Amino acid sequence: MLYREAGDFKTSYRDDSQTFPIKFDRIRYYAVLVVAFGIIPFVINDYWANAVFVPFLIYAIAALGLNILTGYCGQVSLGTGGFMAVGAYACYKLMTAFPDVSILIHVVLAGGITAVVGALFGLPSLRIKGFYLAVATLAAQFFLVWLFNKVPWFYNYSASGQINAPERTVFGIAVTGAQTPAWAKYLVCLVFAFVLAWLARNLTRGSIGRQWMAIRDMDIAAEIIGVNPLRTKLSAFAVSSFFIGIAGALFFAVYLGAAEVGESFGINKSFLVLFMIIIGGLGSIFGSFAGAAFLVLFPVLMKNLLVGGFGWPTDLAAHFELIVIGALIVTFLILEPHGLNQLWRVAKEKLRLWPFPH
Amino acid sequence: MQKSLTTLAAVAITATLAHTAQADLVVPNLSYRTGAFAAGGIPYADGFNDYFTLLNQRDGGIGGEKILTPECETAYNTEKGVECYEATKGQGALIYNPLSTGITYQLIPKVTADKIPMYTPGYGRTSAKNGEVFEWVFNYPANYWDGASVAIKYLLEQNGGSLDGKKIALVYHNSAYGKEPIRTLQELAKKHNYSLIELAVDSPGQEQKSQWLQIRRDRPDYVLMWGWGVMNSVAIQEAANIRYPMDQFIGIWWSGSENDVTPAGDGANGYKALTFHGVGRDYPVYADLKTHVYDKNLQAGAGDQIGSAVYSRGMYAAMIIAEAIRATQEAVGTSKITPEQLRDGMESLVITEARLTELGLPGFGQAFEASCSNHGGPGDAMVKQWDASAKRWNLLTGYIAPDADVLGPLIAEDSAAYAAENKIAARCN
Repeated sequence: MLYREAGDFKTSYRDDSQTFPIKFDRIRYYAVLVVAFGIIPFVINDYWANAVFVPFLIYAIAALGLNILTGYCGQVSLGTGGFMAVGAYACYKLMTAFPDVSILIHVVLAGGITAVVGALFGLPSLRIKGFYLAVATLAAQFFLVWLFNKVPWFYNYSASGQINAPERTVFGIAVTGAQTPAWAKYLVCLVFAFVLAWLARNLTRGSIGRQWMAIRDMDIAAEIIGVNPLRTKLSAFAVSSFFIGIAGALFFAVYLGAAEVGESFGINKSFLVLFMIIIGGLGSIFGSFAGAAFLVLFPVLMKNLLVGGFGWPTDLAAHFELIVIGALIVTFLILEPHGLNQLWRVAKEKLRLWPFPH
Repeated sequence: MQKSLTTLAAVAITATLAHTAQADLVVPNLSYRTGAFAAGGIPYADGFNDYFTLLNQRDGGIGGEKILTPECETAYNTEKGVECYEATKGQGALIYNPLSTGITYQLIPKVTADKIPMYTPGYGRTSAKNGEVFEWVFNYPANYWDGASVAIKYLLEQNGGSLDGKKIALVYHNSAYGKEPIRTLQELAKKHNYSLIELAVDSPGQEQKSQWLQIRRDRPDYVLMWGWGVMNSVAIQEAANIRYPMDQFIGIWWSGSENDVTPAGDGANGYKALTFHGVGRDYPVYADLKTHVYDKNLQAGAGDQIGSAVYSRGMYAAMIIAEAIRATQEAVGTSKITPEQLRDGMESLVITEARLTELGLPGFGQAFEASCSNHGGPGDAMVKQWDASAKRWNLLTGYIAPDADVLGPLIAEDSAAYAAENKIAARCN
């Protein structure tokens, strides 16, 4: 009915290779943008911002980053938490060292620093693959957490080892610190998520993305046809870490406001983001968002439903939540190993043929 | 799928909205009954809730207002803690007591912006004692630096007034919580000339073999512990395994619950811990609790933690909050008080021996008077020792006062740094 190519004529190559070739998809995409930018900021309150939208957007950025590395370039990484910590601590050091520079610049710079660190830890990927690389990145995770715990310079010698985000403003409106209005928090994260998702989409369909995918699919064959593995793998590590660093910086500065490396950026974070891209779908932009949404929103929804709605005891609800989410992950992976993105793709294929399937 | 999700969301939203339409006084209980720290979180939450249940059942609340303690599970996790704070804030929360130093650090700027007081007895940010900077945070009657100082004072007493050349090891949870006492212990080491060995244990603390091997090698004269949750019982078990003399092993008050020592059985006999309140069930209030709460089956949780050390601490926190609410109601003349009014009440709170006796808790805590500049109370603590055969804690000492000469400047320094970072002008002038 609505969802079909028929009648949607493309008269240029540009039109033909656009991200959303089907008209309905394009309209839907713009509708989402209008709602996200034009409606939600006006109705959002503290609870929705802090419990739902801000963590969702930040995890989506982290998932995008990991998806570039693992989904597009095929390099398994368990160092996401450590790289997020690099972003957070870089942002903290920059914020306190240069208080007059805009926080937005600091966040981007924190991403840049993380990119350098990520590329450094990506070096072993030139020699080792698969599970062994996962172990090497696991070492990065533990090393970075240890480093931020051990060297007091990183937390400005505070007594407790905590880092606290001081108040910083953009156009006179606080975006970090306790006085931040909910909509400002949300908009900052949304702008970053939007720009980075747009960047990721365009990187992955350009030549560099094709090189990543060539390395992922078969690295020897890729090398034979002229893809330089050194540059390709390291660029994947750098770009991925850039995204993850920005996610870490936002996570610390905008979302939490205070962080402690072992708790906020531990190995659990690495697994959480990895689960997001596995559930969402490896090698897909939509999948990163879907996976982040699933793992961030579902627990909050369950909790509100069980404790708030049915009045269950909190411990029972918390345990039940773990069981249900675990069971859902297993079910998902059995029924649809390629994640939510594949479900979405199949649904779209069906819609194209509906109501007359062959 | 889409439709059912929308329905679910709608149910969740209406449920949240329904919860906000309550008329009583709300004291949210950010508890944790799951995860690696539940061994401490469960008794605390039970004690906290049971005391308010008693007030509601016996006296019809405070000043005629029922006290509601909606629980929210944080799992000792800061992200969930923030979610819980935002979720309960809208219900008219009067005061927060998150029982987590990490979450406390997270919430200090938030409660200051939202103008809701926070009460962190024996935990949280130590320098919050300085009310000139931390207007909305209260941590009487004692804090971590008091604890560190009291432990050293007790050891001084044991050693005839000198710790010269002694080796003291600190086994600590590698987090904001565990790192809190380090500065104080270092300063005290300079003053009393002992050497300090710092041994960090990564959260949650199930793996401590290497730390205890190091203790076996270095043979420190005393071991202090800043542990919580599963880390405590593992440490005590490991200490028993290397046959470390238990009476030279002292835990902070958070490392002194029955749940921590019972797994090691007889091996834990003689283990010492600090406490800033009485322990056990030998208080008249338990008779009332039995008639009004336990016998009516209204106790929180499974009811198997009653009278334990951390249960008593939850009750202590609830008692102080209840007293502050009562004092505030008397001061402002209405029973429905606001968080701002309660803050003023917290700041002028006076706890006397006579009042504690009236409450059925004679000698349970120390008497103190809060003031605008002092949000931390006197900081005295006692030392108790575990008797494994009788399965009970025995108090070894009376209240020991901390070393104010060392702590005063440290608190001034740390709170001044916070004030400078956040551009806070000192109050109370």
